[in-house]
Amino acid sequence: MVHRAKTFVVKNGPLLTTIVIFILVYIIGGLLYPAMQKPQVFFNLFINNATLLIVSIGLTLVILTKGIDLSVAGMIALTSAASAALLQAGMSAWLVIPLMLLMGIVIGFVMGWIIHYFKVQPFIVTLMGLWFARGMAYIITLTSLTINDGIYRSLALTKIYLPFFGNAYIYPSTLIGPVLLIVVFLLATLTRFGRTIYAIGNNEQSAILMGLPAGRTKLIVYSFGGFCSALGGIVFSISLLSGYGGYAPGMELDAIASVVIGGTLLTGGIGNVIGTLFGVLINGTIVTILQFNGTLSSWWTRIAVGGLTLIFIGIQSLFYMRQKHS
Amino acid sequence: MSESNENLIVMSGIYKSFPGVQALEDVYFTLKAGEIHALVGENGAGKSTLIKVMTGVEKQDQGTIILRGEEVTIKSPQHAQTMGISTVYQEVNLCDYLTVAENILLGREPHKFGRIDWKATNIRAKQILQELNIDIDVTQPLGSYSTAIQQVTAIARALEVASAKVLILDEPTSSLDAHETQQIFRVMEKLKQDGVGIIFITHFIDQVYEVSDRITILRNGKLIGTFQTETLPRLELIAKMIGRILSDLDDMTATKLETSKNIGEETLLEASDLGLTGSIEPFDLEMHAGEVVGLAGLLGSGRTEMAKLLFGIDQPDSGSMNIHGKLVEKYSPLDSIDRGVALCPEDRKDEGIAEDLTVRENIILGLQAHMGWMKYLSLQKQYELADKYIKLLNISTPSPDQPVKNLSGGNQQKVILARWLATDPQLLILDEPTRGIDVGAKAEIQKLVLSLAEEGKSCLFISSELEEVLRTSHRIVVLRDKKKIEEFTGEVGERAIMHSIAGGE
Repeated sequence: MVHRAKTFVVKNGPLLTTIVIFILVYIIGGLLYPAMQKPQVFFNLFINNATLLIVSIGLTLVILTKGIDLSVAGMIALTSAASAALLQAGMSAWLVIPLMLLMGIVIGFVMGWIIHYFKVQPFIVTLMGLWFARGMAYIITLTSLTINDGIYRSLALTKIYLPFFGNAYIYPSTLIGPVLLIVVFLLATLTRFGRTIYAIGNNEQSAILMGLPAGRTKLIVYSFGGFCSALGGIVFSISLLSGYGGYAPGMELDAIASVVIGGTLLTGGIGNVIGTLFGVLINGTIVTILQFNGTLSSWWTRIAVGGLTLIFIGIQSLFYMRQKHS
Repeated sequence: MSESNENLIVMSGIYKSFPGVQALEDVYFTLKAGEIHALVGENGAGKSTLIKVMTGVEKQDQGTIILRGEEVTIKSPQHAQTMGISTVYQEVNLCDYLTVAENILLGREPHKFGRIDWKATNIRAKQILQELNIDIDVTQPLGSYSTAIQQVTAIARALEVASAKVLILDEPTSSLDAHETQQIFRVMEKLKQDGVGIIFITHFIDQVYEVSDRITILRNGKLIGTFQTETLPRLELIAKMIGRILSDLDDMTATKLETSKNIGEETLLEASDLGLTGSIEPFDLEMHAGEVVGLAGLLGSGRTEMAKLLFGIDQPDSGSMNIHGKLVEKYSPLDSIDRGVALCPEDRKDEGIAEDLTVRENIILGLQAHMGWMKYLSLQKQYELADKYIKLLNISTPSPDQPVKNLSGGNQQKVILARWLATDPQLLILDEPTRGIDVGAKAEIQKLVLSLAEEGKSCLFISSELEEVLRTSHRIVVLRDKKKIEEFTGEVGERAIMHSIAGGE
């Protein structure tokens, strides 16, 4: 039993570290600013970071294959601008939403296709994707477009009150991220598709020699990444009820940081989406603390997240070095 | 067992050529069910090409492959796997971070309710390994186990996922210690009893005799023969591998030794107990001015490792070395160059030549590094140097401005030599300088080595061709299994050296 517990700790070291750090950071926040102890503040983490969580889940799978997707923030902006424009033109939300998701899948698929068949580095291809998406968003509109669609408005303004937590509430779109998280976690651990993702990240050549469908899996992973970006974009436009090409500046880097803080190795093959959730929550908690403080520049968030990412990469290296030697 | 005489695979009349090389020429190869068949030969003998043809990596130009009585065309490694031909490489091609069980079963895991049944997967993996007499925790990441276990895992995968009938083990033991090697051998014996045909590629002659039933020898792309292991004496095997017929051996008195009177008293290099764990066992070595010392031994016997230590590419962890009577304190290539030591590496393409640079640029590269990057070597001086060495070494190139990649292998080798000669080294280490070049160029390089000795330079000459080592060296050092075995000076019989290389008997 002790042995098993020890194995569990060693195996899940980085994930456990992330969770412990999240709890510590949250407790420190709660001690400094007692108002943070309210349940609503905790749920706000999910509300405010709904988009970040969704795109980070897609990105986790991409990074697990040893890839990267820099296009996520551009895709959010494009989705918001395109859906706002289409809704203003009178298209039904029930048509706009699937259309946006399809657009995300197609763009993700094309990026994956270029990466796989032309052997171009994911960094370059998805950077191209980022510029393409943001560029297209600005071509659609140079100013912020308001969304007045009834369905979007009701999704944005309906509060779901949670039992047992006083009058704490969330929005319908807040639930998308956690549900997606559970689905992806099961997919990654319990299906051949999921295990192939890990094998590719370990060593793509080996995966191919083992007879696994590496190419197909990578295409699906990038398509899924595009899907998540578009989904994130929809959630983003619901929460702001507008669309604009300049939205979510630099969010691709927040997403990468969340994935890394969550224990996923940038070199692929190790990590999981549960870690990513806590990566996102840590990011959100730091923002919250700075908001409660009120006097500090919001740029401290970036500095803190940057520092944490660095520390995490250090911790990961230590864990994996020890594991290798044991 | 009557089944054991059945031929699993028959390859006949196999030809394969690559641009400029006839890699395989009329090779005939058979593998029986339930045998361990050793495939041996020196570098470039055609072993790996034969395996590549058998596993569908390369397509033969001519010849037929008959698998269990049916003629087949093998299209790809995947295709070969589906036909029951699997390869386990020296570098295990599996995923370090995944568990042992996953590595064995990935792609074929037991499923339950549409999801992977992890419990059944682990039990099945453990069972497969237990059949191979290996009992380990299969839920641990593969990377946490030794190379031997990783090899066995790869074998288990080949058996389970591809239901291998023909198992090719490419140098499986080259990075294993004695105990681990035995572990692999036990697995091989077990599989042999189950009727699997195993092709065992290795350069360890001892291991060939320990486990194999038959031996096939290749040399320069040609089949030398297939023999029952017990009927082929060790010495004959070595002779066949390196291409000398035993009856010729005793009349061996080569064209050398006129230069031996020039050998000076002064010790240029003196290594004592120099060694590096896992690379080469501690050895003593002395080299004098004007002397050519030959390193003989089979592939993997530690020749290159010794060169790397002497040149400072690897740092020794035991012993010491004196050069010009001064104790060497810093081991690095740059310091070696400063001490007047030069190394022409074994792998000309990857380690020696800068392909896209011109002949002139390649020649001055070493001198430039020696002088420091800040000092300027005038273009006129560069051309003078290039012309001097082109003439001296008889490099055939239309001009000094020709990119080196357009030259033949022999001429490329001469350019590398010229590069080092330009720095005026006292001690030259030549690792396989004649590999892959034609006979004429070989003779020229051998002559050149002797003429360098005449000038008072000292040379360490490494070659897998014993004849060449004998012809050019004043003294011969024999290595076997990463260990210096013996030294021969003066009139030496080839037979004696072969005995020493082969060991055992």
